[in-house]
Amino acid sequence: MNTALSPAASAQADAFTLTLDGAEVSAYPGETLWQVAKRAGETIPHLCFKDAPGYRPDGNCRACMVEVEGERTLAASCLREAKPGMVVKSATSERARISREGVMELLIADQPDRDDSPDRSSHFWAMADQLAIDATAVKERLPSREARSEPTVHHVVAREGSLTHDTTHSAMNVNLDACIECNLCVRACREVQVNDVIGLANRGAASKIVFDFDDPMGDSTCVACGECVQACPTGALMPATLIDEQGHGDSKVADKTVDSVCPYCGVGCQLTYHVKNDEILFVEGRDGPSNQNRLCVKGRFGFDYPRHPSRLTVPLIRREGVPKGIDPDFDPAKPLSHFREASWDEALDLAAKGLVDLKKAHGPDALAGFGSAKCSNEEAWLFQKLVRTGFGSNHVDHCTRLCHASSVAALMECIGSGAVTASFMQAQEADVVILTGCNPTVNHPVAATFFKQAAKRGTKLIIIDPRGQAMGAYAHKALRFTPGSDVSLFNAMLNVIVTEELYNQEYIDAHTEGFEALKAHVRDLTPEAMAESCGVSAEAIREVAREYAKADKAMIFWGMGISQHTHGTDNARCLISLALACGHTGRPGTGLHPLRGQNNVQGASDAGLIPMVMPDYQPVSDAQVRSAFEELWNTKLDDKPGLTVVEIMEAIHDGTIRGMYIQGENPAMSDPDLSHARAALAKLEHLVVQDLFVTETAQFADVILPASAWPEKDGTVTNTNRQVQMGRQAMPLPGDAKPDWWIIQEVAKRFGLPWNYQHPRDVFAEMTRGMPSLDHISWERLEREDSVTYPCPADDAPGADVVFSDAFPTASGRAKFSPTLPLPPDEPIDADYPTVLTTGRQLEHWHTGSMTRRARVLDDLEPEAVASLAPSELRRLGVQPGDPLTITTRRGEITLRTRADSLMPEGMVFVPFCYAEAAANILTNPALDPFGKIPEFKYAACRLSKAAAREAVSP
Amino acid sequence: MNENAHLLASDGDGFILDPEDLRAIEHERAHYEQPQAACIEALKIVQRRHGWVPDGAIVAIAETLGIGPAEVEGVATFYSLIFRQPVGRHVILICDSSSCFLVGYDTLREALSSHLGIGFGQTTADDRFTLLPVCCLGACDGGPALMIDDDTYGPVAAEDVAALLEDYP
Ligand code: SF4
Ligand code: SF4
Ligand code: FES
Ligand code: FES
Repeated sequence: MNTALSPAASAQADAFTLTLDGAEVSAYPGETLWQVAKRAGETIPHLCFKDAPGYRPDGNCRACMVEVEGERTLAASCLREAKPGMVVKSATSERARISREGVMELLIADQPDRDDSPDRSSHFWAMADQLAIDATAVKERLPSREARSEPTVHHVVAREGSLTHDTTHSAMNVNLDACIECNLCVRACREVQVNDVIGLANRGAASKIVFDFDDPMGDSTCVACGECVQACPTGALMPATLIDEQGHGDSKVADKTVDSVCPYCGVGCQLTYHVKNDEILFVEGRDGPSNQNRLCVKGRFGFDYPRHPSRLTVPLIRREGVPKGIDPDFDPAKPLSHFREASWDEALDLAAKGLVDLKKAHGPDALAGFGSAKCSNEEAWLFQKLVRTGFGSNHVDHCTRLCHASSVAALMECIGSGAVTASFMQAQEADVVILTGCNPTVNHPVAATFFKQAAKRGTKLIIIDPRGQAMGAYAHKALRFTPGSDVSLFNAMLNVIVTEELYNQEYIDAHTEGFEALKAHVRDLTPEAMAESCGVSAEAIREVAREYAKADKAMIFWGMGISQHTHGTDNARCLISLALACGHTGRPGTGLHPLRGQNNVQGASDAGLIPMVMPDYQPVSDAQVRSAFEELWNTKLDDKPGLTVVEIMEAIHDGTIRGMYIQGENPAMSDPDLSHARAALAKLEHLVVQDLFVTETAQFADVILPASAWPEKDGTVTNTNRQVQMGRQAMPLPGDAKPDWWIIQEVAKRFGLPWNYQHPRDVFAEMTRGMPSLDHISWERLEREDSVTYPCPADDAPGADVVFSDAFPTASGRAKFSPTLPLPPDEPIDADYPTVLTTGRQLEHWHTGSMTRRARVLDDLEPEAVASLAPSELRRLGVQPGDPLTITTRRGEITLRTRADSLMPEGMVFVPFCYAEAAANILTNPALDPFGKIPEFKYAACRLSKAAAREAVSP
Repeated sequence: MNENAHLLASDGDGFILDPEDLRAIEHERAHYEQPQAACIEALKIVQRRHGWVPDGAIVAIAETLGIGPAEVEGVATFYSLIFRQPVGRHVILICDSSSCFLVGYDTLREALSSHLGIGFGQTTADDRFTLLPVCCLGACDGGPALMIDDDTYGPVAAEDVAALLEDYP
């Protein structure tokens, strides 16, 4: 694959010269003539070549021809490698000019007129302009093909429903009249995103870009990443939002573009908002360090939620006498049935007074706050500061508790740092990559594209997960073990590494402690002893352990399949032990990487939205830490660690916590055992919710404060790779909605705090004083560079992609092995509840769906709750795919439609947790991991039964 | 391969690769560094058994080779001797290239067409013959030439057509 961005330093050393249009220019080994010309300041016309990382030149359009001295024919500059001493003529070659023009003229003859074209500002027309071609004259002179040719071949079946003008997809339009068969979309889909949907079918005059078997795009297996649309040089593939009813469009109608970051997952793709009249028209990927121009369906097409009709634009106060709770008749777009509008002053006074009064009457422990991993670093900082200095306790947490708290607990314990040791881009350097408890094509789609590319280039992917997944097609091996037996499996792998002496003694001696104890500990946990409970053969366990251990460079990635268990911390400890035993950290292509779920999980945790630690994971119980922050904030701090998410819910039931401030979180959907959690919210004497919509949680609020959506604010976020990235405001706030930092500050003032921030940059400046991790990262630098990885050694140096090469940030500088014992899930299946329920996300929806279900395209693609089961499981239940099913656990039941999914194991059902009408978390088990305090979302015992059709939940 | 790919596989036409064919395809794949290179052979292997290549086989071949169905489809629809629709028990390929064209291709095609009652790309009602044009068979010295299944004939006179076809029940 070609990732030739800027030539590597070594290549630069081998620079040579050649002659271009009479001038001597420098070139680097491996560069093409096109690239050499570009650096020399000339953009040679090009159609089938895209000057972007990941795109291989194909050399099929011949628009980029140049003359090379001594050669009879012209050469395609996009493909021809530069060689020392070459004498090349481009701008000065008459032959090249005629050839380029000829190509363009022939293509123009078959193009729709520019004014009828799906993109009048396409790259194609820009090239025609560059060559100063008069399209009208060309069309008069050259005959044009009346219609697309019928297939002249007889061996291919004519496809029913085959389209050349395809509007069947809600996000993208296809108009093959403009298609020049440059093949860029095929490379985009097949080689860049590795989705394998688009092909070039048939041959000769009938050749055609097709989706799967020439299916309508909307019916194809397309996952709507939109890479093909971004790659298409003609507008044959276009974002639907840019095409009018006549099929005409213009990609340059925006009146401004704003560079920002995707608001959804932890990959942190950089993007550009194209904005017209203060509305986002469409989104394009940018060349960020974690996405190289790529986006997934959410980032590219899920941008319109801020303007959804149910968006909050005025502060709301609960009407007198209206009970708190989820009222099935409540319509979030018409909240005035339950709430009344209020001015900011009234709403803020009331919001703060309720909390202040409770504190006065019952002490600081009566209050708690949930911040949000969806908000910026600055907002997270302010929120925890408000709780710590205003509420006066450490009862501040956020939903990281529900996703990677156990991973962080294990990482902090064993290696002294909760962040990833290497970015996911390092997978491309690795020989072996273990993916366990994660499903990146769904949850980290752009990271998945890099994994798939790595696998295609020879990296061995080993997938360890009970569920099958799309990535399985690229897997070298897959271990589909019995749900809940993870610790047994990993210990068996450690046993193999110990007994077969595959460990790296040198690394262990230099960098770790406690290996002898681990050795003794795993002695009896042989693959043979563990095989039965794991449901995989001892030999398979041995092979995987050997391949990981023997690899020169290996990485482990994990997700919530590891962390969301009552043994989540133990799971992560095992993975850390595997890496330490084999010396697979601290070098390029090695490392431990818990894939972060939300756009700012990493940043919100770093900024201190955690009850037991101050910003940068500095323990609140440490007097030195406290005194540093007491000095920074000029106030006294509580020395007691606070309560975590689920514990706070318990404390409400106990009557200790009486008032809460919840910013941008939705525990009434995201907490386990929702009935219990919702009862807690209803019991609160005072609840302030700050959000974009009347979420399920806001339906329990006394006061609702209308806040800012991501594209409406400036702020930084930190992605899974430790990259701190700049988000910029692209559109104004609607109505009376306010930036979150402003709202938090107003509440703080009413707690008597002397805050006076004018802009998030002021907050960031304060953060850099309390967070050593932000050394050498300033707001100005982020404005300039968009992204800086921490830790960063100097103001002008890039941050470290791989960390802990020399020492770990622990007291001894060594990492620690932490032995674990296999534990069963908290609620094993039994005769009454014989099926395993597991929960998670879908590609199109994110977290509790409050944003994505209000994004038109995403809602259109996945509009209703579905339970996925193995086809054989459905047959056993006598349920047809699409028919409703009732799922019952000890805590409640939901009814929803079914989907046959051949990747599901038997005996298991998967339910996404984003659908309020069939909320998966009604069912889940709130039992907690003792260290990370994370609930067991990935395993609950349930019972399935066929539901009568009328019970089916309507979309 | 993407998140939805399994849907394509599961709503295919229930095609299952014959175990012998599967082995043969895997054997071919082992010859090459790039799985793509085994694509044509894989298609031929399937066509040898089934006479043509149904959608389900494309998905199955893609899975076996670890590449996308769209890529296999691109290859299958490019080569005119890979049939992506059902053909008769016997396939007649008439050469329509220049040498044969000069020495009576037209008359031969007419004779075949009217004898069988079908045109190019069609199959007789009894599923016995499919008629297709083909590029030069390398039998130019004996034009007009044609092939029936694996047998090449030429020169073939219009009046010999009926007798010739007798051999292909
Ligand atoms: S949107 Fe993505 S998956 Fe769909 S056809 Fe285009 S490149 Fe392929
Ligand atoms: S949701 Fe994640 S993978 Fe998709 S565009 Fe956003 S950051 Fe990238
Ligand atoms: S751009 Fe070089 S051949 Fe198409
Ligand atoms: S032209 Fe017919 S066989 Fe060569």
